[in-house]
Amino acid sequence: MTTLSIQLVNLFAAFLLMLAFAMLAQRRVLSLVNLYALQGLTVVAATTVVAHVTHQQHLYYSAGLTLALKVCFIPWILHRLIKRLNVRWDVETLINIPSTMLVGIVLVVFAFNLALPISKLSSSVVPGTLGIALACVLLSFMMMITRSKALPQVIGFLAMENALFFAATSATYGMPMVVELGIALDVLVGVFILGVFLFQISEQFESLDIHHLENLKED
Amino acid sequence: MTKVFSQFISIVTPILLAPMLLGWVNQVRAWLANRSGAGIFQPYRMLHKLFNKDSVMASTASPLFRFVPYLMFGCMLLANAIIPTLSTDLPLASAADAIALVGLFALARIFISLAAMDIGTAFGTMGARREMLVGFLAEPALLTVLFSASLIGQSTSLTTIVEAVAHKHFAIYPSLVFAGMAFILVFLAENSRVPVDNPATHLELTMIHEALILEYSGRHLALMEWTASLKLFAYSTLGIALFLPWGIAQKATPSSLLVALPSLALKLTLIGVVLAVVETFSAKLRIFRVPEFLATAFLLGVIGMLTHILLGT
Amino acid sequence: MNIPAIDLVLWVISAWMTVGLLGIVALHKFALVSRIFFPIGALAGLVLAIVAIRALGSGKVETKRLALGLPQLPFHLRLDALSAFFLLVIGLASFGISLFAAGYFRAGEGTAPGLLCLEFHFFLASMALVLIADDAYAFMVAWESMALASYFLVTANHRIPKIRAAGFLYLLIAHIGAIAILLCFGVLQANTGDYTFANMRAQNLSTFWASAAFLLAVVGFGAKAGVLPLHVWLPEAHPAAPSPVSALMSGVMLKMAIYGLLRVTFDLLHLHIWWWGVIVLVIGLSTAIFGVIFASVQVEMKRLLAYSSIENIGLLFAAMGLALLFRSYGMNAFAALALTACLFHVLGHALFKSLLFLTTGSVLHATGERNLGRLGGLIRYMPWVAWLAFIGVLASSGLPPFSGFVSEWLLLQSFLFTPGLPQPFLNMLIPIATASIALTAALAGYAMVKFFGVIFLGQPREEKLSQAHDPGYFEKIGMAWLALLTIGLGLAPNVLLHLIDPVTKGLVGVGLSHRASANGWWLLTPTSMVRASYGPLYFLIGVASTCAIAFVLVRLLYHARLRRSAPWGGGHPWRNSRMQDTAEGYGQPIRQIFEPFFHLDRHLPKPEDTAPEYHVVVSDKFWEGVFMPIARATEYVSAKVGKLQQGRIAIYLLYSFVTLLVILLLVPMATR
Repeated sequence: MTTLSIQLVNLFAAFLLMLAFAMLAQRRVLSLVNLYALQGLTVVAATTVVAHVTHQQHLYYSAGLTLALKVCFIPWILHRLIKRLNVRWDVETLINIPSTMLVGIVLVVFAFNLALPISKLSSSVVPGTLGIALACVLLSFMMMITRSKALPQVIGFLAMENALFFAATSATYGMPMVVELGIALDVLVGVFILGVFLFQISEQFESLDIHHLENLKED
Repeated sequence: MTKVFSQFISIVTPILLAPMLLGWVNQVRAWLANRSGAGIFQPYRMLHKLFNKDSVMASTASPLFRFVPYLMFGCMLLANAIIPTLSTDLPLASAADAIALVGLFALARIFISLAAMDIGTAFGTMGARREMLVGFLAEPALLTVLFSASLIGQSTSLTTIVEAVAHKHFAIYPSLVFAGMAFILVFLAENSRVPVDNPATHLELTMIHEALILEYSGRHLALMEWTASLKLFAYSTLGIALFLPWGIAQKATPSSLLVALPSLALKLTLIGVVLAVVETFSAKLRIFRVPEFLATAFLLGVIGMLTHILLGT
Repeated sequence: MNIPAIDLVLWVISAWMTVGLLGIVALHKFALVSRIFFPIGALAGLVLAIVAIRALGSGKVETKRLALGLPQLPFHLRLDALSAFFLLVIGLASFGISLFAAGYFRAGEGTAPGLLCLEFHFFLASMALVLIADDAYAFMVAWESMALASYFLVTANHRIPKIRAAGFLYLLIAHIGAIAILLCFGVLQANTGDYTFANMRAQNLSTFWASAAFLLAVVGFGAKAGVLPLHVWLPEAHPAAPSPVSALMSGVMLKMAIYGLLRVTFDLLHLHIWWWGVIVLVIGLSTAIFGVIFASVQVEMKRLLAYSSIENIGLLFAAMGLALLFRSYGMNAFAALALTACLFHVLGHALFKSLLFLTTGSVLHATGERNLGRLGGLIRYMPWVAWLAFIGVLASSGLPPFSGFVSEWLLLQSFLFTPGLPQPFLNMLIPIATASIALTAALAGYAMVKFFGVIFLGQPREEKLSQAHDPGYFEKIGMAWLALLTIGLGLAPNVLLHLIDPVTKGLVGVGLSHRASANGWWLLTPTSMVRASYGPLYFLIGVASTCAIAFVLVRLLYHARLRRSAPWGGGHPWRNSRMQDTAEGYGQPIRQIFEPFFHLDRHLPKPEDTAPEYHVVVSDKFWEGVFMPIARATEYVSAKVGKLQQGRIAIYLLYSFVTLLVILLLVPMATR
């Protein structure tokens, strides 16, 4: 039975990587939010499987928390934000998408080479996933770099957090419950603050293009 | 004897069923658009009509132009013959493995592009250029998909891959997630479906496949249409063989065929529905988004191979 | 009759030299030179091929000392399987090319026919000599005469300044390469002062010196082969040369560089380090992709083929790099597979690329045009050339069942074995490498469809093209020979694998042939039947028989009525041949997708232009990025140095005097 669950976790890891690439290649803000929700769902599934294999009760709780927060609540907020700010249009990326993905592949190779010695030390059931989690973190970072609008950057930040959470579960069977609760709270607060920021930015500049922020510097 | 029989039905089934698959896709698309549709036998009527008509050929056509429909038909039929559709017991499959299969598709593509350039009309050359544009990205993408699968089966022979995936112990392969996504994109592009090409229009801004066969008529056009449906069938069965191989028989005994045939029919029906839904719900891409679309497929295929090696499954 | 094969090879070489010298005697007797001398040279090539096959079959290593040249410094010669294989390549390709040349060269074109004959046959002879040289001295003599002979051939039309410039560039880079090769031999002999290859084999170099020798060899032979970034001479020299010469240079001479690198890395050096393989692999892959992308945007037919040659050289390097990688980890069976792919492609490419260059020669002679934008529709006026070119095009696109596909197939097979490498980092590079090979192959198809489609299909873009006609017998036979070999190689690859066997056995100790033909000569199975198999004959029969059956059935069940009319073309009433895609138009998608690769000089018409004009010039970024800075720096330095030149004797004497003083000062310091 364990081989099956290892394969399942690997499968979810692959899904996660694919979603990270899909977000990298996605132009539409709405689809980005949906992909983010899907990513959350994958993390939930992976966490549940790990919880089942390792019989760690608290992982079930964190899975539930993730489900409530990252699959339902935050995407809902983001959808509302998009509607209120009226930013449903496509966003052009700064670098064209195939090149971004090429760089992405290089990042994946890099992340795996980085994770290889660490996962050898780790006692986890699924050592290969650490590299994927790291790759997802880097890819989300990259997505933030290549977007010129504020909202995709927020989503990139959230996706990065998802990947970190996945790294924590797959490599060390999750952090202590308190830490996880704290992080979840942080993310929630972060989203609220960012939401407020976005409103402020859009009121100030009548646009969410972060190029305008360059005007804030003193000459 | 079963070998020959098995090969025989794997050639006859595509010839007979391929137009029906096309008819089924069109029927579902019609239903989704709230039309009643022409029925799944419409492509057969179409072929019959075209075969009965006279062929009109441009006076400037070279012999190449005349022979291409037959060559295309031969290429696609051979492609169908080596893909394990019903059983993996195919003697012809030893002649061509997965790489040769891609080569076969490439051969057909080059023939059709050259035939389109032969007459020397503006549409023909434009279609040829676009077809090659789709091809030069779709072909390596398909290769990477097949390589992801062949890394699992430790073989490039399609029958061995299918046996490895379907008949050995059950396992989940993460690399196939990527390969599957890439394959869907390649499938849409290679069979001239929305969002890459629209099989239903003749708009010069968008058409690819229709521009290629614009100068054909009568029996030559019929062969070209039949070839197109054979290609759709080949890609569908290739997808089934790689990603949903359960039910494909190892030996072509009558009893195992009794399982294989209905399961194939079921899977093809499903693929038809999915294809129609995808086509109905997506919009045609601008022609210069197409390389991006295919580059995505290509890179997904590469990531598929990478994950296989990285996760070590 | 038991003459050693090496003697026969020497006989062929001297036959070529004699024919060349006879050319001088009959300097302006055009008919004699072209109709008699060139066919004799062709026959010598055929003899060479037969000798090479015999030598490969016997598997003996023969050596010989020739007391030529300087006293105390005889030529050491040696014929082993590797040399024999490349001699086979020269023999087979030169037979077709020489026959073609017999009909091709015209009186009154630049160099006198007798002189051309001399250069052409000395070129052939020096290439053969390179292959059997067994010491650095003989090798360098042969190598340099090869470069010189080909330089004079490139500049056959020396009255055109552009051709002179191309020749100069070629000579320059050839010499940079030659210096590197010379230094490489210097390192290899490890201060023993003995420059024979036998001595070099006996040396045990340290890792550092072995790597130095290897890198020098890569630079030296890479310059000759035209790998990135030393490729710039290739697209200039190939179009400048007369077509048979381009065929010989691209088909055969580039392979001499491959031979040299194989000789140094697999034979003379014992050490194999994994990053050598990675370097060669990466150089090869980037060269291949670069070459094929540039090939797809060319508008001149011979330039297109030249870039396609760069691509193929890249593939050869990639295969060699992979073989080195396997070799360094002791996986000799896989190394043999990669080497087999490499060697197969060496011969395959020699044949089909020569064929394609020869067809461009025929087109050039028949139409006087080398720009794709002014050609078109030639399949109607030159059916022979068109159909022979078609075979070359299909082989060059790597399509089954032709020869290009077999080597590509073998190469991909060997790539798929690499997950067994012990280093995870390398394993991760492999999918990317495999994907690049696949992309290269597909893009080669694009370039080749453009080549064939724009030249031979469609409507003629110029009035005069309808006057074009097929060439004479010599040319036809020459091209048909190459085409037949290309088809034969594609259909019966196992025959060639059988010949490659002794070569890989000699280099890595493992042969492939017995396993490859284990299931019959018609089925290619490099490892096992379960793992992979390819049967080109089945393949051909499958497609051909279905075609035939469909053809007959349509006629039986329906009818074969055919009407001819004007082309439909969507029903547009006005149309002419200029509405077809031009070569620029056909390359436009590639220009757009790979824009960062190119240096584009584009002029677009404005709406108010009364005489709108569009032109685009695609040039190589390496010129701007690498070569122009070097050229400018050289110019700067030489301008500074030039100031020393005053023109007054007294100043020069002063220079000598100062130099003398400095030396006199230094001598006691050095002796201390």
